[in-house]
Amino acid sequence: MVKFLPLKEAVAENLHDGDTVAFEGFTHLIPTAAAHEAIRQGFCDLTLIRMTPDLIYDQMIGMGMARKIVFSYVGNPGVGLLRRARDAIENGFPRVIEVEEYSHAGMANAYEAGAAGLPCAVFRGYRGAGLAAVNPNIKSVTCPFTGEVLAAVPAIRPDVTFIHAQKADRKGNVLVEGIIGIQKEAVLAAKRAVVTVEEVVDNFADLHPNLTVLPNWTIAAISVVPGGSHPSYTHGYYERDNAAYLEWDEIAADRDRFQAWIRKNVIESSADVFAGRVEHLRKAA
Amino acid sequence: MSDADNLGFTSNEMMTIAASRALKSEDVCFVGIGAPSAACNVARLTHAPDITLIYESGTIGTAPDVLPLSIGDGELCETAVTTVAVPEMFRYWLQGGRISIGFLGAAQLDKFGNINTTVIGDYAHPKTRLPGGGGAPEIATSSRQVYITMAQSKRGMVEKIDFFTSFGHGDGGDHRKRLGIDTAGPTLLITDLAIWKPDPATKEFTVVSLHPGATREQVQETCGWVVKFAEALDETPAPTELELKTLRDLQARTKAAHQGTAKGRAA
Repeated sequence: MVKFLPLKEAVAENLHDGDTVAFEGFTHLIPTAAAHEAIRQGFCDLTLIRMTPDLIYDQMIGMGMARKIVFSYVGNPGVGLLRRARDAIENGFPRVIEVEEYSHAGMANAYEAGAAGLPCAVFRGYRGAGLAAVNPNIKSVTCPFTGEVLAAVPAIRPDVTFIHAQKADRKGNVLVEGIIGIQKEAVLAAKRAVVTVEEVVDNFADLHPNLTVLPNWTIAAISVVPGGSHPSYTHGYYERDNAAYLEWDEIAADRDRFQAWIRKNVIESSADVFAGRVEHLRKAA
Repeated sequence: MSDADNLGFTSNEMMTIAASRALKSEDVCFVGIGAPSAACNVARLTHAPDITLIYESGTIGTAPDVLPLSIGDGELCETAVTTVAVPEMFRYWLQGGRISIGFLGAAQLDKFGNINTTVIGDYAHPKTRLPGGGGAPEIATSSRQVYITMAQSKRGMVEKIDFFTSFGHGDGGDHRKRLGIDTAGPTLLITDLAIWKPDPATKEFTVVSLHPGATREQVQETCGWVVKFAEALDETPAPTELELKTLRDLQARTKAAHQGTAKGRAA
């Protein structure tokens, strides 16, 4: 059953060295505070799964925490490249990492297969695409009814998934709304899930019946971290800090500047600072 | 080229506006970020007000006031007809055959409309690791047609791409059909100098229209393959006042918003 825990304990209880872990959020609701807590606790040899590695995996890869990354878009969305991830892939710095690359359709289908308890996902994909030649996990199956050759990829089954979400009720049910991305599938595909939320409310009695609610028995731990997805955003609470994404491009371009930034903003900091970081991004209305 | 003083517009503005003209109100367009996003929104704000713009974050029928920096900016969801989960986006809407135009940019492009956004150099030991495909590999094969827009350069338009991120016409001819791909693939390329269409038989991109002020020599000098020109070469109509104003206003609002001056820090 779900436990409400301080973020430090929620991460320590659920993440371990060598785990296969997904910190998900498709541009929206990225669990940055949870990723920073994982950096502070210094885990190693992780297999990091994320459709769009984004800043948090650039940071974890830059800190040498990843043995392998599984992804479909390793860029800084709208800005350019992820420079710490590049340094690892191109130069093996700070360590060599293994790469397992898919398309968005491939990853989305694989998460859904994980949530559905299937061993693999089947879809119409990778036709003529070079990824099928460099990723041995991209295979094909023939439809037994029509003879059409379809792509097959293994289901994603993380040891643990971290997501950020809008809110929980007092029983620990969790609401996700806006760009819901892959949040539901990533939670249901994982052995255990940890959710950071903006706030806890008494109950969800006034919610629309079809909103995405994850029942409390699908979640291991909830931590209340206002602003916990910054510089990503939380629909209804604060906007994406696009200026911070632009600034990251310069910070990550230099190994020393990156280390100094991590020391100041992660290692010597805590989850408590996130509320202050989004103050200027909250809507005036 | 790009001589705004002589022509009253830049070559990049011409590219975006020429690309916007290719879209119609009845199109359902899967929008790539960057140049395609600008073109799609100019179309929506001028001659194609009913166009359905779809971003891979699951936002369907979106109408943003500023260009999103990412494919998942909040305004895309706030202004959308509906927002669906990412698996549904790719399964029901793209794979289901409901997208009429997939609009893509490219880091590297060859003459058959094959796109590389994955690596420069060898995949296992890349000289430059680029972001990769994201949604593009399936957008390129499941959309009924693909439009491509990019600024010309010898580095970008090459004889041989380093990696097949998204399949265009492969080696040309009926290569798509031979792989079991039943969609049309790239049917239009809009650069900062010209409009290109594939030859009906070979599928090699051929220049059909030069933008005002652009020359055949410029097109060849900024392209890595030997360029074919149509026998009857058109001149692309210059941007209208409305098109230019719409694009410039959109870009000014966008710049202010992303620097955090308009909506962010001052709010």
